Amino acid sequence: METVLTNKDKQVIISPDHPFVIIGERINPTRRKKLAESMAQSRFDLVQEDAINQVSAGAQVLDVNAGIPGADEPALLRGAVEAVLGVTDVPLCFDSANPDALEAALSIYPGKALINSTTAEESMMSRVLPLVKKYHAAVIGVITDESGIPATPADRLAVARKLVQRAADFGIPAEDVVIDCLALTVGADSKAGRVTLDSMQLIQSELGVNLSLGASNVSFGLPDRKIINVAYLALGIARGLTAAITDPTVPEIQTTLMACDLLMGRDDYAMRWIQAFRRREKAKAAAQS
Amino acid sequence: MELKDIYENVINGQAPAVEAGVKAALASGVAADAILNQALIAAMDEVGRRFEEGDFFVPEMLIAARAMQAGLNHLKPYLAESSIKSAGKVAIGTVKGDLHDIGKNLVAMMLEGAGFEVKDLGVDVSPEAFVKAAQEGAQVVGMSALLTTTMSNMEKTIQALKDAGLRESVKVIIGGAPVTQDYANRIGADAFAPDASSATRTVRQLLGN
Repeated sequence: METVLTNKDKQVIISPDHPFVIIGERINPTRRKKLAESMAQSRFDLVQEDAINQVSAGAQVLDVNAGIPGADEPALLRGAVEAVLGVTDVPLCFDSANPDALEAALSIYPGKALINSTTAEESMMSRVLPLVKKYHAAVIGVITDESGIPATPADRLAVARKLVQRAADFGIPAEDVVIDCLALTVGADSKAGRVTLDSMQLIQSELGVNLSLGASNVSFGLPDRKIINVAYLALGIARGLTAAITDPTVPEIQTTLMACDLLMGRDDYAMRWIQAFRRREKAKAAAQS
Repeated sequence: MELKDIYENVINGQAPAVEAGVKAALASGVAADAILNQALIAAMDEVGRRFEEGDFFVPEMLIAARAMQAGLNHLKPYLAESSIKSAGKVAIGTVKGDLHDIGKNLVAMMLEGAGFEVKDLGVDVSPEAFVKAAQEGAQVVGMSALLTTTMSNMEKTIQALKDAGLRESVKVIIGGAPVTQDYANRIGADAFAPDASSATRTVRQLLGN
């Protein structure tokens, strides 16, 4: 199944047959004081800097979040999106639970965006899915519903099925629903990582949809988080993960994902891998001279 | 010597050893409040300190809290007998619309470890449920939110406490990744705590112990 995202004539395809799609997570004011302060004053220079850095580090899509408590989210999200569109041409992902903010961004966006996200709660789906349809976007469906996060892979499959079916009710095809199986924290529950991996495998084989993951949650509260996150992405990719909301400016993430593409048969003659190696060597040489 | 062993076993998260240690100490005539204060609470203070310093990680804190809990369960009947007063009553929960519970659970465990009577209201807790807990005698209401989209429910809960005429009789403490001291000031909370260990210290301060 192919989830196609666009920005004007630039196109990104999320699919098991294409390179893994990194959705850059850095444009998000939560826990980033400087960014939050500047965004709150409608200054988007740091947003633009983050956009450029992430794209040059390999992000094919950029997540844009403008959730600042007490601020006018529709205006800020729209402003941030305009700012990002001014410096990059990659497709965007709008990150908000506020339908007004989503619509403010969707209405000015020149292409097919990704919406992050809806849960399988009826109150969320009935607000978000009409927007997905109206603006011909794609949406991330997070597998949690009125009764919380299901404990078993079978129950998570049922929630994923509900998301795909409700989307179909609104005329949204399954390829435009990307399922997020929710990475819970292994520091609090040692089995949490495994349940999510098993869920991914089951949902991929049953529904064939694309899968995304906000992966960094998995390592919360533990030392050497980067290594855990990267290993988790690799394990996920083997089970059908085709995109992740993550930080491409972390070198380990970038190289591991590229190695995964090679090992999953998505890098003919290892050309991307070799080119990336040469770029690293060149950067090293430049740093030494 | 026995108390020192219990103390070490709590820090190392050895629940069965803590339980056995508490039983042995009681059998040899050590006072229940001495076990509580010098072993269990002292150990959780140390765990909190290590966590704040970055020497301890979340799972270590969780198993230490579980070990403390195992000891405390065995100790409780003896504490009631000797009429030891609890350090205070705290109701805690993650606000409406928010399902994140790790931070909230850690705070609840650390508060119990510090001798507080904790009512854990769970996740997705409505303002009305917090109000009810305050009516039922909670002296402190603790709220957690991990999402910028659910933080505003902290303000709504404070308003609900005001509407119920309870705001003057309870202290409100808040926390969670997007929450800041500024935000606490803005919505009229009594305190903000950045982590579970400082939350315990702050609650002690709020209640003047």
